[in-house]
Amino acid sequence: MVGLIMLFINEKHSSIVYWVSVISSLLIFGLSLYALSLFDDSGSAIQFELNTSWIERFNINYHLGVDGISFPLILLTTFITPIVLFTARTSNKTNLHQYLASFLILEGLMIGVFSALDAFLFYVFWEAMLIPMFIIIGVWGGKNRVYATIKFFLYTFLGSVFMLIAIIYLYISTGSYSIFDFYNLDLSRIEQVLIFLAFLFAFAVKIPMWPVHTWLPDAHVEAPTGGSVILAAILLKMGGYGLLRFSLPITPDASNELSQIMVVLSLIAIIYIGMVALSQTDMKKLIAYSSVAHMGFVTLGTFVVFLNHENISSDNMTLAISGSMIQMVSHGLISGALFLCIGVMYDRIHSREIDDYGGVALSMPKFAGLMVFFALANAALPGTSGFVGEVLVIFASLKVNFWIAFLSGSTLIIGAAYTLWMIKRVIFGQITNEKISDIDDLNVTEFIPLMILAVMVIAMGIYPEPLMKLMHDSLIGLSETVIKGAGL
Amino acid sequence: MIFEYSLIALLSPLVGSILAAFLGKSLGKTFVNTSTILGVMISFVLSCILALEIYQTSTVLNQNIYTWLNIGSFSFHIGFLIDNLTASMMVVVTFVSLMVHIYTIGYMHDDPGYHRFFAYISLFTFSMLSLVMANNFLQLFFGWEAVGVMSYLLIGFWYTKESAIKANLKAFLVNRVGDLSMILGIGIIFSITGSLDYQTTFFESQNLAQTELFFINEWNISALTASCMLLFGGAMGKSAQMPLHVWLPDSMEGPTPISALIHAATMVTAGVFLLARMSPLFELSSTALSFVLIIGATTALFTGILGLIQNDIKRVIAYSTLSQLGYMVAAAGVSAYSVSLFHLMTHAFFKALLFLAAGSVIVALHHEQDIRKMGGLKSKLPITYVTSLIGSLALIGFPGFSGFFSKDALIEAIGHADIFGSGFAYASVIVGVFITALYSFRLFFKVFHGSINEHHSDVKESPVSITLPLILLAIPSVMVAWPTVGPMVFGSYFATSIAQPDAYQIFGYEYSTAYGFLVHAFSGPVIYIAMMGVLTAYVLYIQKPNILKGKSFESTFIYRLLENKYYFDDLYEEVIAKQARNIGQRFWSLGDVKIIDNWIVNGTAYRIGNIANRIKVIQTGYIYHYVLMMILGLAIFLGWTIISAGYAS
Repeated sequence: MVGLIMLFINEKHSSIVYWVSVISSLLIFGLSLYALSLFDDSGSAIQFELNTSWIERFNINYHLGVDGISFPLILLTTFITPIVLFTARTSNKTNLHQYLASFLILEGLMIGVFSALDAFLFYVFWEAMLIPMFIIIGVWGGKNRVYATIKFFLYTFLGSVFMLIAIIYLYISTGSYSIFDFYNLDLSRIEQVLIFLAFLFAFAVKIPMWPVHTWLPDAHVEAPTGGSVILAAILLKMGGYGLLRFSLPITPDASNELSQIMVVLSLIAIIYIGMVALSQTDMKKLIAYSSVAHMGFVTLGTFVVFLNHENISSDNMTLAISGSMIQMVSHGLISGALFLCIGVMYDRIHSREIDDYGGVALSMPKFAGLMVFFALANAALPGTSGFVGEVLVIFASLKVNFWIAFLSGSTLIIGAAYTLWMIKRVIFGQITNEKISDIDDLNVTEFIPLMILAVMVIAMGIYPEPLMKLMHDSLIGLSETVIKGAGL
Repeated sequence: MIFEYSLIALLSPLVGSILAAFLGKSLGKTFVNTSTILGVMISFVLSCILALEIYQTSTVLNQNIYTWLNIGSFSFHIGFLIDNLTASMMVVVTFVSLMVHIYTIGYMHDDPGYHRFFAYISLFTFSMLSLVMANNFLQLFFGWEAVGVMSYLLIGFWYTKESAIKANLKAFLVNRVGDLSMILGIGIIFSITGSLDYQTTFFESQNLAQTELFFINEWNISALTASCMLLFGGAMGKSAQMPLHVWLPDSMEGPTPISALIHAATMVTAGVFLLARMSPLFELSSTALSFVLIIGATTALFTGILGLIQNDIKRVIAYSTLSQLGYMVAAAGVSAYSVSLFHLMTHAFFKALLFLAAGSVIVALHHEQDIRKMGGLKSKLPITYVTSLIGSLALIGFPGFSGFFSKDALIEAIGHADIFGSGFAYASVIVGVFITALYSFRLFFKVFHGSINEHHSDVKESPVSITLPLILLAIPSVMVAWPTVGPMVFGSYFATSIAQPDAYQIFGYEYSTAYGFLVHAFSGPVIYIAMMGVLTAYVLYIQKPNILKGKSFESTFIYRLLENKYYFDDLYEEVIAKQARNIGQRFWSLGDVKIIDNWIVNGTAYRIGNIANRIKVIQTGYIYHYVLMMILGLAIFLGWTIISAGYAS
């Protein structure tokens, strides 16, 4: 089924019309909703499987399929892409058709990453994805875009090289590239640690974890609005997804042994990066750093349960991983929305500096309402999706150690401080920059996507159960596999 | 029936708010105030019906509405717990909210944000109701933060005013400190009981008390004490207890109606409500109770003292609110939860009245808030004058007024307590009575008596929509205690909802009716102390106002200490907030920019480039250079082979 989408998108390469691309992305979203109606959420089995031989000599298969872990992220991808395409017309003028095509290709590759069940295929999608993203930032980016693209490319490419080595090693050990064959492999301690680290390089750069995060602020600042949205909403999720799909089940012992380091790195991301965000003067940088801090919760949730062996159970582990998963989806919506908001302001004033703003609420009341809403969601307000993932991770951490929970919970204060301080200086206050007094409020093209996102954020905040149900059994299955694998 | 009524009572303010927010601008002011007032009115009427029904049939409704999240064996719900405690809170919240809605019609009449304001206060009412109606910690926290956000939005309602948007950020962040503490407390309970429902967790309270938590190697405390202290941390934020009290005086930057509704009557009492709701847990931890008592008593006394030197009419009342919240918290600290709730209720009425009366004065004087520029308004604003007098008398605990019963019972309860810190607490609250009377009547005399300021000779009494709520609030400020003090304080009204330890109830047998209580009070010191306070105020501000004039008083150390509010603001703003920004700046410039980017990332690239530069010298492009290199290489290779072969043989 997903393969079908792939073909469909590749054909679109030559399409030049805005509406055609928007409608086709909406059709893809419709298809994924249709898939949702067919999706059976009881049990952790792979569904909509497609498996044909690709390169027989090396036993590489074109093997796609989804389960409760990948499906929410695919839905997120197909949901965000039409929004990005829809808003593309207002924020981008030159070579629109190529811009749109890049996003459609990117969408196909992203879906490919989430649905690939063959490790080699996964790697191909993973690397191929860099190309359209590289082009999007490099061609439609800001002044310093060349530095940003090269930094982005080198960082991510360096990371994935190690992953390729690990995948090849696993292939040699099993004679297969199927991810599920890797799960059953009995690896020695050293092998596990090395494979874990190799994968970690690739995933840590993507998430990004401290200290390999510095490409993200630059990439965000230089990327066009649509690029930032995709980057924050979906690309960052691939690292978190990789940890759940590869690291935990393939190397459970290493995950267990190295969990302390992972937790420490996550806490550094949450606190240190939070403090760094506080001192930013560029709105995009601020939100980019806030993304790093929020993704810290994803990695924390993934590894924190290993720290307390007395308390480890599939229930507790599922609690923590659910937190990670929900945090990923939620962050996709909220940070995507915030980058759209900044894009809206940039289109009018052509500045991202906080100091150039003030009193935006006076000339753009509708926009101000939405922006304040997303800022509060970013500060994990209960009733918005931002709260759900964080509170689950905090609860899971409390079962392990009070101080971990305390330190991660400090984001309630730090996160609120940097987000709302920005709001205070940008949205509220007197108008100091005269340009702001004669800008228009949101037009329909800008209003509709933000409104849809706001509704989704609230819906996920007050009733997250439908999303949880979708992935529940798969996460339980994963937890059981990992706990059994690590012999805990 | 109870469930359906509760649901409608909860949702009708939300519907009103949504209508006002989305259709308000196009359909006009009448539509906005009709839809929101109707919503709150429905809610108020249903709350009254519920309260009566629940009281008469002594039922407790505990029902889940829907499942929020299901993970493994854990499940989180949204649901109602409606008992006497909830029902009485609902009545108080919706009544004060209704009064404030009506008052707002007049007060905000010319404000461009008219529909926004109504949408906010209705949404606040919804949030507050969902807080008090919760049957589990999760929903409690939802409501808890939601009221915090509404407070944030309303303090910053006039968002172009720099002081207002500074105050609302401060309020939100200080509250977040409390909320962090609270979510950790909730998390500890969850991690041990595996549930967030009140009923289940209270049932497991013994289990909590027996589980030891390891904080630092040698320092272990029971999970119960830890979670109680942390939950109280949340209450300290919301109910503005020292040292998290700093946001409440600044919150006066918001419009006056919300000072009455949020920062006096309802939201700030959420902490007191929390203590009562969690009483089955707090009862098992005397450490936590002592902590609560000491914090409460300290707040009651020291914030009251600050009220003595304020010159902004709203700030005086704000400090008074802080002090009264301290009284309530202290009462909860000696396990007198019902007394604490009783004071919460009476205070909600008379404090809302005082704030709205202050708002009436402010409107009449065209937004003048400095009491030094007021005086002699008695004859100009007769209704405001009388209602203010009623409110002030209730506040100082004048015999017969509602505040008298609640405050006297409260002081008696603290006097009878014998847990750690109760001696200090008793002394604080007794001195507090004098202070309360002094600042209340200082304000009253300065505003309404004395000579009239010449700029204010043309002031007129406020319109009906402002005076009507004053009158409607004055009635319960006088009378609400007469029928309720018996069942609420001494009877079993709260028996189904909160723990009522026997210890302090002893004094109830002697005078368990309002009349008996009144008679008894004249034998105690409290009334006389309050009268002394009023008298002192009269002497200082009416008879001999010159005593306090002159530099000698204002240059004393104590005056400066008070003027700087014990330097809490300076500590938070100049030290903590500033240092946090500095550290962030350092982290960024040193960690991210210098070490990671310049040394590691760009440094690596630079070094590779550097090495490449050096190597490229060899690549000259001349063939004879390459040939020479090849010959040299061949020679070294051959030589090495021969030598190694020689060694081998």
